[in-house]
Amino acid sequence: MTSTLTISRLTKSFGGVHALTDVSLTVTPGERVALLGHNGAGKSTLMKIILGLISPDSGEISVCGATPGDAEARERVAYLPENAAFHSALTGLEQITFYMRLRGVDLKGARDLLGRVGLGDAATRRLGTYSKGMRQRVGLAQALIGHPRLLVLDEPTSGLDPVSRRDFYELLDGLAAEGAAILLSSHALTEVEARTDRLLILSGGRMVAEGSLSDLRSEAALPVALHVTAINGYASELMEAFPNAIQTKEGLHLTCAQDDKLATLARISEMRGKVADLEVIPPSLEDIYSHFSRRDGQ
Amino acid sequence: MIARILATARIEANIARRNRWVLIAVLLMVVFSLVLSAAGSAPTGALGADRLSVVVASLTSLSVYLVPLVALLMSFDAIAGEVERGTLPLLLTYPVARWEVLAGKLLAHVAILIVALVAGYGSAALIAILNDAEAVAGLGALWRLTWTSVLLGATFLGIGYAVSALSRRASGAAGLAIGVWLGLVVLYDLGLLAAVVADDGGFFTTQVFPAALLANPADAFRLFNLSAAEASAAASGVAGAAGAIPQWQSLGSVVIWPFLALALAALTFRKVDA
Ligand SMILES: Nc1ncnc2c1ncn2[C@@H]1O[C@H](COP(=O)(O)OP(=O)(O)OP(=O)(O)O)[C@@H](O)[C@H]1O
Ligand SMILES: [Mg+2]
Repeated sequence: MTSTLTISRLTKSFGGVHALTDVSLTVTPGERVALLGHNGAGKSTLMKIILGLISPDSGEISVCGATPGDAEARERVAYLPENAAFHSALTGLEQITFYMRLRGVDLKGARDLLGRVGLGDAATRRLGTYSKGMRQRVGLAQALIGHPRLLVLDEPTSGLDPVSRRDFYELLDGLAAEGAAILLSSHALTEVEARTDRLLILSGGRMVAEGSLSDLRSEAALPVALHVTAINGYASELMEAFPNAIQTKEGLHLTCAQDDKLATLARISEMRGKVADLEVIPPSLEDIYSHFSRRDGQ
Repeated sequence: MIARILATARIEANIARRNRWVLIAVLLMVVFSLVLSAAGSAPTGALGADRLSVVVASLTSLSVYLVPLVALLMSFDAIAGEVERGTLPLLLTYPVARWEVLAGKLLAHVAILIVALVAGYGSAALIAILNDAEAVAGLGALWRLTWTSVLLGATFLGIGYAVSALSRRASGAAGLAIGVWLGLVVLYDLGLLAAVVADDGGFFTTQVFPAALLANPADAFRLFNLSAAEASAAASGVAGAAGAIPQWQSLGSVVIWPFLALALAALTFRKVDA
């Protein structure tokens, strides 16, 4: 399948700040891709370039076959800015209706659209009276107008409560199922790993990792932690068997490489008479993320 | 294209209504027009003109100051406000061209201006005609004043958008707009008059001064309306001094200026980064 978004060797600097260096990526129809990275990694800059709001120093970008910012590209791409802002004197309904008119969409769906993001009741209230999360939802609603082929969402779940977050990802699933390509940035690792198809990690403006969580997990090859609880009085014997372990109040804490996991487990089970319990702790999402995000030294 | 311009105009009109700009513009025009027509009702007939023509002459002098002021007040926030609120980047990702955004805002602001002008001039005219049936003879002058006021307003709306795009902050734009108003409407004339007095009928007075009047949209507006109306001999020193300027020249300036100002606005808006 041809990709909706293709970026190759994109570079952008602001004066002396290298915001993006040699970034390449693709997003195909129906794919949900999450863009991760520390503050200042270049996520928002990348998105603004995709939308044609900023022009890159070098590199090629194709958005639905067009150049970013072209009329054709703008017809097909929806954007949710990092801090969605609206005129406080307007009502939610007026604002959404305005955006629908700009996209030449039938206005009958306006109320429905606000209902979909949970703003049905607040539709005729002024945006100035909305809470942060409610404004964010107006931002989401406008990004859903007119079946966009590509959605570029900059921290779409920031400010949303847990239930709204879940609803939001359900909305995304629906859009992706209809063939929309989705690129979203986030700092919330857990929700992103559960609800997207692929992760991209930017660090200091460079793409440092790309793939599904399990790809990244094996690429990072982080050690597995094992927590062994000794039957009363056997702790010291266990310590002798595993000299590298650290003794804690409840038992032993040891780590081993992914490849040694089974061998280590076998050795532990040989001592089964002395072990009360065993817990295997795989590297956490944060561990994997930090591994990549720090690799280029921030 | 039309749909997008109309959508923008609609939303701008809503914003202007909520921000009380419509009310302020209408009140300003009505109050000042009524004050003027009350003050101008005394010397009626003295110049052999009907009552309405006299009112139109004083309304012209008023509008030279008031119409640019109202236009600048409505327009200074147009782009700087969007930049400051952070609403511009999202808007620019929509399939709408920058000139369409500008055209939509212009349409809304011109419509508000027309409402204010009709309310102000209309109430003054109504009083004049009620007091003196002969005053209907001045309707032609009133009509001329009305459409030239709309053009003058459009010129200063365009200048206001350019100022707004240049300063990118609402507070800076407000200051700059006041500066433009003072400069073009007040100080410009004072400077010219001072120069004419110092020059005492020399090259400046005969050659530069008429051109300088035509170059300023507010002066051209005044010239056109006063030279068109015979009842205006007493009206203004500047206009009196430039009685020799043919009417087609001032008309040209009045008509060309809105296009110049709006082109300037479009150019400066193009330079604004999202
Ligand atoms: N207009 C600008 N002028 C100068 N520097 C800029 C500009 N925009 C971004 N930068 C710089 O580019 C780098 C990347 O910024 P960007 O906003 O893309 O980060 P981000 O990944 O979105 O961060 P966050 O997670 O905090 O949103 C930062 O160092 C930032 O200071
Ligand atoms: Mg950001």
